[in-house]
Amino acid sequence: MTDRPIKVLIAKPGLDGHDRGAKVLARGLRDEGFEVVYTGLRQTPEMVATAALQEDVDVVGLSILSGAHMTLLPKICRLLREQGLDDVLVTAGGIIPDDDIPALKEAGVAEVFGPGTTIAEVADYLRGHARARDRV
Amino acid sequence: MSRSSAGARTDPAAAAAELADAAVAGDRRALARLLTAVENRTPLAEAALRRLYPRAGRAHLVGITGPPGSGKSTLVAALIARVREAGRSVAVIAVDPSSPITGGALLGDRVRMQAYAGDGDVFIRSMASRGHAGGLASTSGAAAAVLDAAGFDLILLETVGTGQSEVEVAAAADTTVVLEAPEMGDEVQAIKAGLLEVADLVVVNKGDRPGAQRTASQLRAMLVAMPRVGASGSDDRPRPKSPDILITTASTGEGVPELLAALDAHRAVGRESRSGSARLARAGVAGAVAQVWAILADRLRESLHDDDRRALSRETLAAVADHRLDPYAAADRLLESLTRAHG
Repeated sequence: MTDRPIKVLIAKPGLDGHDRGAKVLARGLRDEGFEVVYTGLRQTPEMVATAALQEDVDVVGLSILSGAHMTLLPKICRLLREQGLDDVLVTAGGIIPDDDIPALKEAGVAEVFGPGTTIAEVADYLRGHARARDRV
Repeated sequence: MSRSSAGARTDPAAAAAELADAAVAGDRRALARLLTAVENRTPLAEAALRRLYPRAGRAHLVGITGPPGSGKSTLVAALIARVREAGRSVAVIAVDPSSPITGGALLGDRVRMQAYAGDGDVFIRSMASRGHAGGLASTSGAAAAVLDAAGFDLILLETVGTGQSEVEVAAAADTTVVLEAPEMGDEVQAIKAGLLEVADLVVVNKGDRPGAQRTASQLRAMLVAMPRVGASGSDDRPRPKSPDILITTASTGEGVPELLAALDAHRAVGRESRSGSARLARAGVAGAVAQVWAILADRLRESLHDDDRRALSRETLAAVADHRLDPYAAADRLLESLTRAHG
């Protein structure tokens, strides 16, 4: 069963309207053999958490460029934990200053991918760190 | 709540019962995990489905199909809004295609349905088709049965964008809605066999576009059932359906209340005449037959890949690929290998 595709939610929390990066990543991960649920722009933390729960994803990938990451990302991590999704890998990408990364990791974000990261790097990381998929 | 029910590896039957019962009791996390097991066709899923199957059969299963871009997801979102206003619960299974090359998939139907995050009576699940070609995933019907058993009143089964012949949804659903967009084809398109024939309702979506009325009247003229002169009342031959044609603008909600009313009416008719009408009974049997055949095909495939037969299967298929063996002889040889082992 371990050869079944890893399921990833790609979401853009917050209010900035730049989703090209998220779409390119979604498409790139599709080409890497992932099943990607794309939820699009302007997602509230509640929308992200509900989608992650209903879709039973292995990974939540959050793209954020607005600068609101210190508010939104910890809240999403908290909502996921509250719903019992503490085994879901949470990653973030976009414009996130290095200084903020330790606090985000403390809040539950496993990895932060900055500008210039290749799709292959993200795919390899997700393959190496997503939860075991033979749990049910 | 999730960790306590995660003892899958210790005892599949007990874990299946626990997960199934939690899903029926309203635990959405358990429901989501069960759907994953169903998609992956694990032993736990089979045990859970056996437990849940007797509880299913109460929901109204509605298939939504039509060409890519005709507005299926937007219409599903509009239907969710109306159904919730009426106080009914609704689940959605939205299927998108898997890549035949990498096995990956981009599941994008949810984009239009994200407004219901706080509503526990709305459950949306995306599914990749995983190589299945009929417009659904091979496990979509089983997933619908799980959602049915979990108590949802209405289940919307949205297919991949379809062409002319992906009619599988009609066997899986109680009511099949085929979407058309304006100006997609002439009257000859409307009288071709295939997708339009399995429609219980045809919806011309994007009703605010020019040509919507004309497309609807063309469909009306062409899809009306032909009277069968001299046919006796007891004639049991399969007959084409005579679908109603509706116009919606899913993005504004225009026409959606009428669509919901038509769905309810179709369901009521189906229930009333289920015992009496041979045609409707046949539709139900077709769904059951399709499910059983799919399981049989899976079992057959598994048997042919078990330790005893894997080498023979591989060698036989390679021989067909090289034109050393014809496919009929190959099938006979593999069937024979099964009966030998069991006899």
